[in-house]
Amino acid sequence: MLRDALTTALNGLFERTGESFGMPVLELRPENIVPVVNRLRAEFGFELFLDVTAVDYPQRSPRFDVVYHLYSRKHNGRIRLKVSVPEDRPVVPTLTPLYGSARYMEREVHDMYGIGFEGNTDLRPILLYEGFAGHPLRKDYVMDMEQPIVPYRE
Amino acid sequence: MAMMEYMTTKKDELVGWIRKFSLFPYPFVTACCGMEFMSVSSTLYDTDRFGAALPRFTPRQSDLLMVVGTVSHKTAPILKTVYEQMCEPKWVMAFGACATSGGFYRNYAVVQGIDRIIPVDIYVPGCPPRPEMVIDAIVMLQDKIARDRHPIFPFEEQVPVKT
Repeated sequence: MLRDALTTALNGLFERTGESFGMPVLELRPENIVPVVNRLRAEFGFELFLDVTAVDYPQRSPRFDVVYHLYSRKHNGRIRLKVSVPEDRPVVPTLTPLYGSARYMEREVHDMYGIGFEGNTDLRPILLYEGFAGHPLRKDYVMDMEQPIVPYRE
Repeated sequence: MAMMEYMTTKKDELVGWIRKFSLFPYPFVTACCGMEFMSVSSTLYDTDRFGAALPRFTPRQSDLLMVVGTVSHKTAPILKTVYEQMCEPKWVMAFGACATSGGFYRNYAVVQGIDRIIPVDIYVPGCPPRPEMVIDAIVMLQDKIARDRHPIFPFEEQVPVKT
């Protein structure tokens, strides 16, 4: 019902559509994320920015999926948006002008996956610390590698 | 009492006996083991019975550092500072699997045992440890203190500061 309304309203702005646990899933291109979220917020009442995270598929090209979850009080439902980004330029536009809470979640994704958010001016480490090399949730990060701040005793 | 006007003992035994029953713990609680720490320090199990009761929430007044829970690399400088703020003599207890060895957190974020940063006197395994194990550890630590050397006079050979 919500999914049908979404697919007709946003026709042409997304690549594929699906469903997961009763929640509509839209896969779209990076340049369409801001217009789509704009319209979802204005027309469908998706006012709550639940989460942004990413998935690493090391064998796939493009390598990363950036995954957004939004919630609409009007429809009492969630929506998932997926954006594929390549390894050599892992950048998506920021959603900070639309949702203030996106600032911190985008910083976390930047920490963990090294995905840039164009327009987010404050991408300092939030969970990691200054000087941490690499991105720990990428599949090619060596599992046992430690980067201590305090030097170890002998 | 007239018959016991003085007594003789070894100085180290006397000082050790005094020190072992006046352990002031500093709870460095970072994770879920803290629930178990609350249980062991309150009425049902009660470390007060063993002279290790009153938590001092400043490291400068305490002499037993109880590291309760997971220590991440980001927390490690704080733990090091807290340890350095404590006055000698001081003892450290690694409370639970995470403080002892990193536990099941074998990843980029967690220090694989606090003994990589500060010296540890006694390790309590378990996830979380039973209160009986903590009490056993306190008693064992008290034994260790009682058997230890306690140089308190200037002419005695000083024990090097543990780092």
